[in-house]
Amino acid sequence: MANWQRSAVELAQAFRSRTVKVVDVVRELWAHHDQVEPSVKAYISTFQESSLTQAAEMDARFDRGDDLPLLAGIPIAIKDNIHVNGVQTTCASQILKGFVPPFNATVIDRLADRHVIVTGKTNLDEFAMGSSTENSSFHTSLNPWDLSRVPGGSSGGSAVAVASGQAVVSLGSDTGGSIRQPAAFCGVVGLKPTYGRVSRYGLVAFASSLDQIGPFSRTVADSALVLDAIAGHDPKDATSASRPSGSFYSTLSPTVAGLRIGVPKELFGPEIDPGVKAKVVAALDLMRANGATWEEVEMPSLREAVSTYYIIAPAEASANLSRFDGVRYGYRDANADNLRDMFRRSRGAGFGAEVKRRIIIGTYVLSSGYYDAYYTKAQKLRSLIVRDFAQAFQKYDVIVTPTAPSTAFKLGEHAANPLAMYLADIATIPVNMAGLPAISVPCGLHAGLPVGLQLVGPAFGEQQLLNVAAGYEALAQFSAHYQSPIFAGGTHA
Amino acid sequence: MTLFEPVIGIEVHAQLKTNTKLFCGCSIQFGDKPNTNVCPVCLGMPGALPVLNRQAVEYAVMAGVALDCDVRPTSVFSRKNYFYPDLPKGYQISQYDQPICLNGFLDIVVDGVTKRIGITRIHMEEDAGKLVHQGSDTIAGATHSHVDLNRACTPLIEIVSEPDIRTAQEARLYVEALRQRLVYLGICDGNMEEGSLRADINLSLRPVGATSFGTRTETKNVNSFRSIERAIQSEIARQTQLLVAGERVVQQTRQYDESTQSTRVLRDKEDSHDYRYFPEPDLYPLVLSLDWIQSIRDTLPELPHAKAARYRGAGLSDFECDVILSEPETSRYFESCVSTGADAKAAAKWIVGDLNSQLKELKQSFAESKLDPAGLVQLLGLIDSGKISGKMAKDVVAQCVKTGHAPEAIVAASGATQISDTSELTAVVDRILDANPDVVEKVKGGKANSADFLMGQVMRETKGRAKPDLVRSLILECISRR
Repeated sequence: MANWQRSAVELAQAFRSRTVKVVDVVRELWAHHDQVEPSVKAYISTFQESSLTQAAEMDARFDRGDDLPLLAGIPIAIKDNIHVNGVQTTCASQILKGFVPPFNATVIDRLADRHVIVTGKTNLDEFAMGSSTENSSFHTSLNPWDLSRVPGGSSGGSAVAVASGQAVVSLGSDTGGSIRQPAAFCGVVGLKPTYGRVSRYGLVAFASSLDQIGPFSRTVADSALVLDAIAGHDPKDATSASRPSGSFYSTLSPTVAGLRIGVPKELFGPEIDPGVKAKVVAALDLMRANGATWEEVEMPSLREAVSTYYIIAPAEASANLSRFDGVRYGYRDANADNLRDMFRRSRGAGFGAEVKRRIIIGTYVLSSGYYDAYYTKAQKLRSLIVRDFAQAFQKYDVIVTPTAPSTAFKLGEHAANPLAMYLADIATIPVNMAGLPAISVPCGLHAGLPVGLQLVGPAFGEQQLLNVAAGYEALAQFSAHYQSPIFAGGTHA
Repeated sequence: MTLFEPVIGIEVHAQLKTNTKLFCGCSIQFGDKPNTNVCPVCLGMPGALPVLNRQAVEYAVMAGVALDCDVRPTSVFSRKNYFYPDLPKGYQISQYDQPICLNGFLDIVVDGVTKRIGITRIHMEEDAGKLVHQGSDTIAGATHSHVDLNRACTPLIEIVSEPDIRTAQEARLYVEALRQRLVYLGICDGNMEEGSLRADINLSLRPVGATSFGTRTETKNVNSFRSIERAIQSEIARQTQLLVAGERVVQQTRQYDESTQSTRVLRDKEDSHDYRYFPEPDLYPLVLSLDWIQSIRDTLPELPHAKAARYRGAGLSDFECDVILSEPETSRYFESCVSTGADAKAAAKWIVGDLNSQLKELKQSFAESKLDPAGLVQLLGLIDSGKISGKMAKDVVAQCVKTGHAPEAIVAASGATQISDTSELTAVVDRILDANPDVVEKVKGGKANSADFLMGQVMRETKGRAKPDLVRSLILECISRR
């Protein structure tokens, strides 16, 4: 096994025993990157030089016998809507042209404290709006399992980086499924923490009441390790929870025995591809064979989740994106001859079609005369979704669904029909609406493409969620069984 | 002809005197170099998030308690959306349908009669930045417009009155009383020139006796007491003229122009923004514990109207109360004198009179006065014990505020203590009587006024150092013996 193919936990051990050097991992990773990146296009920018310098520093410290955090020297890729001080943040948009944040996101500060090595900034749908990376204004990332297919989105680049071996772990952001859906499409682990578990300071906001940063990894333990680093109260984010985070990795105890699983009927019907459903049932049965029970449960409000989401998320986005006006930073149209015109032209040229669509929807639903019919009603539905989950968790330990209704779709397949694209998030959106933690883990291949299993837990129930995911991982051995050809072979298919 | 009655409501924006801005740690210092008191949060950079300033909440609660409002245990911040270069986020964070305080009042005294002005609500919000135009006063026509975001995110409270005000005078008295109360709370510096207090005036006319309201205009950002009166007078005149001519008042936002002393239209109702308010998702609802609100209520400083009542009880006149309460430092000065033993009326007389005018001449405040409260108490002691006369004391005050020397030191240095020795003065009095036998006769004949002449002679002889009441009794005594 090549060094870049190892998990963070394995590398941490190898670094300490000095059987593997950080520099070697990073150097090999970049050599592999040179081979595969032209095919999959995970990154918007890479930090090859600084990563090698950092790697050498880490080796010196390991040689000295310094007591370093487990993540020290681990290569991590960062979604390009999370600020790294002094490096351009693009959000895959033209409107942020030239914008260099003068501060780190809190998650970056916390990772830096643990001496991770940031490999680069990864591709996304513009401002995290989309499910395929096709809305990136730079390029579309490609699925390492099948280069004619999308990797999912919006954190497609971060999923591809991990699935193709160009980073050991990565960070994404998840507003309606943007971590879990690409994790499912690319056959890796993706965790969306409870709303408030991880600071949003330094994450460019899409929908503030739904956004949450989380990790991608190839093993459940690696996600626990990254969550340990990034979780916890941040005085700079008033919505971050002031509860202790614990140590998810060190207390990880993989098991599914005695687990009560509820499977919402609403996400197990004809909208789910039968091939996907079959893999999910197989996974449920595997857990049942090992001491868990599962049954279907009715959660009627979930049917309304997508419609509700496409009122609340665009409403918040329409305000969040108002600051991109050409006045202080980013793109400004030089030909405008008055103030209004400058706003219009700058925003008109700087934003892509999907972003504009959502700004228009959001502006509309908040307009006087429409607010109650849309926004107020959506908030009511949102509380019904919260209630349905709360009731379900009185009876079940976890709620399980397919992460996405299908496997990765073809490039351009939904280009003409944004609504069909929106439905790719049918199973992930309700979780954001309720602010709950959820993890997607690979549960097999359908027609050669990965299928994702979504496990949802009660608020701040990450530890149990990780225990169950790791329990299933141990049974299915997915990190060994489901590796993309590009990852397994080191060259693209 | 129909007589019209003005109906006026006032929205006052008061800047809170906190250490830092409403949602970040930047200073709110006025007049610093542009764009120096800024950070990612108040610059509206992507990824930055607001965190509410606890002190600002405390100050808003203090204002609510001091204005007899209901302080609400839960209030909500919303986003008010509009585009302008001085608004970095493209929205202002402001409380909207769930403000922090409701239902208060403020009493004003109009020509001796107390009138209660209702306060609808108080809400918290952040200020915008400032545009400085080059080549023109407005953005249209400017060659360059500079954006200064030092003021962006400064904490404000907006105090909205009921439409209870009827005249320009009442409006002025209301804003003056409001300013005084906020200044006494120590939550606003009340500096209208620097924009720490700004008023928006909602005004409509209706036939006298009518109960429904006419169409109103809103005049924005009036920033002096005089402008408030003039803006209202000119707007009443303008609306009256329209109505008398049978025309309609158009609902508009207007702007007062000090140079023409009239209002002009800023925008019509049709151009009014749809602000698309919705709850700010970056801040959870603000929940205050009843205990915390109570502790603020319990520790509220004494308010000017309570002080005035106390001062009147100590014998001060309304005029003296007004002068002493006009600025908190003047009342602090007064109270410091009284608490160290000075007679309230005597202290008030000097504070309102000579000391006040001496300081005005020097353009100094009572806090800056070189004659401190201990000095004034010393001066009052010198007068009381008969060491100096009131007239001499005036000179001593003048010297004290200029030199900073203590009254006792000044008196000692000049050797000018009062003569209160009876035998010494009797000799002088006898000399004067001898020299003016005709006047003595007039006094004997019952012309009491003539004694004043003799007093003046004695005072001149003693260079003003004789104790006046003693001199007067000695004159009468000596004459009666002749």
